[in-house]
Amino acid sequence: MKSWILALLLLFPALAGADCQIRGTGDLGVIIERASGSLQVVDTSHHEAIFHVAGLGDLSHASVVYSRDERYAYVFGRDGGLTKVDLLCGRIVKRILQGGNSIGGAISQNGRLVAVSNYEPGGVKVFSTDDLSLVADIPATPFKDKHSKTVGLVDAPGERFVFSLYDTGEIWLLEMKDPAHPKVTKFTGIGRLPYDGLITPDGRYYIAGLFGEDGLALLDLWQPEKGVRRILDHYGKGEQKLPVYKMPHLEGWAIAGNRAFFPAVGRHEVLVMDMESWKLVGRIPVHGQPVFVMARPDGRQLWVNFAFPNNDKVQVIDSENLKIIKTLDTGKGTLHMEFTPRGEEVWISVRDRDQVQVYDTDNQTLKATLPAKKPSGIFFTNRAHRTGL
Amino acid sequence: MASIRLILLSFLVLLTGPTLASAGEPTPARQAELLYLLRHDCGSCHGMRLAGGLGPALTPEQLRPYTSEQLGATIMHGRPGTPMPPWRHFLTQDEALWLARRLKQGLGR
Ligand code: HEC
Repeated sequence: MKSWILALLLLFPALAGADCQIRGTGDLGVIIERASGSLQVVDTSHHEAIFHVAGLGDLSHASVVYSRDERYAYVFGRDGGLTKVDLLCGRIVKRILQGGNSIGGAISQNGRLVAVSNYEPGGVKVFSTDDLSLVADIPATPFKDKHSKTVGLVDAPGERFVFSLYDTGEIWLLEMKDPAHPKVTKFTGIGRLPYDGLITPDGRYYIAGLFGEDGLALLDLWQPEKGVRRILDHYGKGEQKLPVYKMPHLEGWAIAGNRAFFPAVGRHEVLVMDMESWKLVGRIPVHGQPVFVMARPDGRQLWVNFAFPNNDKVQVIDSENLKIIKTLDTGKGTLHMEFTPRGEEVWISVRDRDQVQVYDTDNQTLKATLPAKKPSGIFFTNRAHRTGL
Repeated sequence: MASIRLILLSFLVLLTGPTLASAGEPTPARQAELLYLLRHDCGSCHGMRLAGGLGPALTPEQLRPYTSEQLGATIMHGRPGTPMPPWRHFLTQDEALWLARRLKQGLGR
């Protein structure tokens, strides 16, 4: 390299994109730009991007977890990439290709371990959050000439991880208290084709959604010895389902009071369940098949986006009377939503408009837009302190 | 960047066009739409680079055992009992066949 360029970079580190900031990170987050394999580090107080970070590989369906100090983001990419990004310096600290095809991950309770669930080769790998060195490799049950795909990986209290096996219909509980001796408890025959899972915010219940049949599989982590039981298995019996053009997500399941709200598979409905009896207590007709049903942090509102071909709108539901308060024309390719930590704003990514829209949740009006290249997931740092996120 | 890629892809399509069956060939504008649908909407299950996800990889090697007609039918009618949905409400037979042929040829990364 020409030495004068080097000198210039040294004089103006901003040109090199590596001038670190001295600030807190509680109001930061990342926006995934999936088509370009890059992300933006955003400041939610000022509605601006503070860094652009490129070189993260295939980010379709990427997700992010945070270190407990909220400084580092761990990005899980489709190509099996696991990347540790420093939010304060806007750069990649370390990147590894840990598998062929991954779907998501979770960080352990004490923040020392990061687990990744893989489609290919099917299984879960656990790494040190420090240097991304491999700590444990847990292949899933063999299926055909491969291993079952793993989905719905979450962290649970007690240095545990929970995930589901898509092809073989299992839930596995992985205990990592002693990282050198991982302990796996397997629950088999939990139902056909679990496609995603979630853990309640208190870390007690793990629930897997089933694609191959009605109902959900429930594991009480306070009493795992009681096994997995089926809930909501009678709902929708005999009704014709619509084809599903995008799998719904259970992560960020909305819980308001003692009711849980989640997407119906193959129906234009948000389902309402009573958390004491695990019985269905309502169905809210909506604009399309829901993908994410997210509760504002205070639980008062639910924000819902939809699958293709209805992915052009967001609906806001009052969680008390279950009425739709507002339908927003966000634009085609509305993929994800994230609330600011206390919920006064929600940030919505709109792929086909190449923008992120920021709404005031109180009156549901647009406050700001940020340019972003084919944005998908939005993840704010307060996830660092929430079980299952 | 992605749109540049799309434009490039559609150029490639134009260049390689004659090697594809021409009956019912979608217009260049529609081809660009179909490739966008493939990456982004099929991509939500098959991966944006079609390297696989919940659904299998849609690469030429993976699809070798099937004819374009069989794949076109899978796209139109889906695979009941699996998450693969039918696309016939959004695609014509010819468009599904065109996509199937493109997939068998390989789209590059
Ligand atoms: C909701 C998820 C989902 C979406 C969206 C989706 N697919 Fe699929 N697709 C699947 C699954 C799962 C399979 C495997 C089915 C099986 O188990 O046989 C599949 C199988 C296929 C196959 C057969 C491949 C093989 O090796 O068996 C083709 C071709 C295909 N999909 C094309 C498409 C195209 C083109 C689109 C978009 C127009 C699309 N898919 C959208 C889930 C999806």
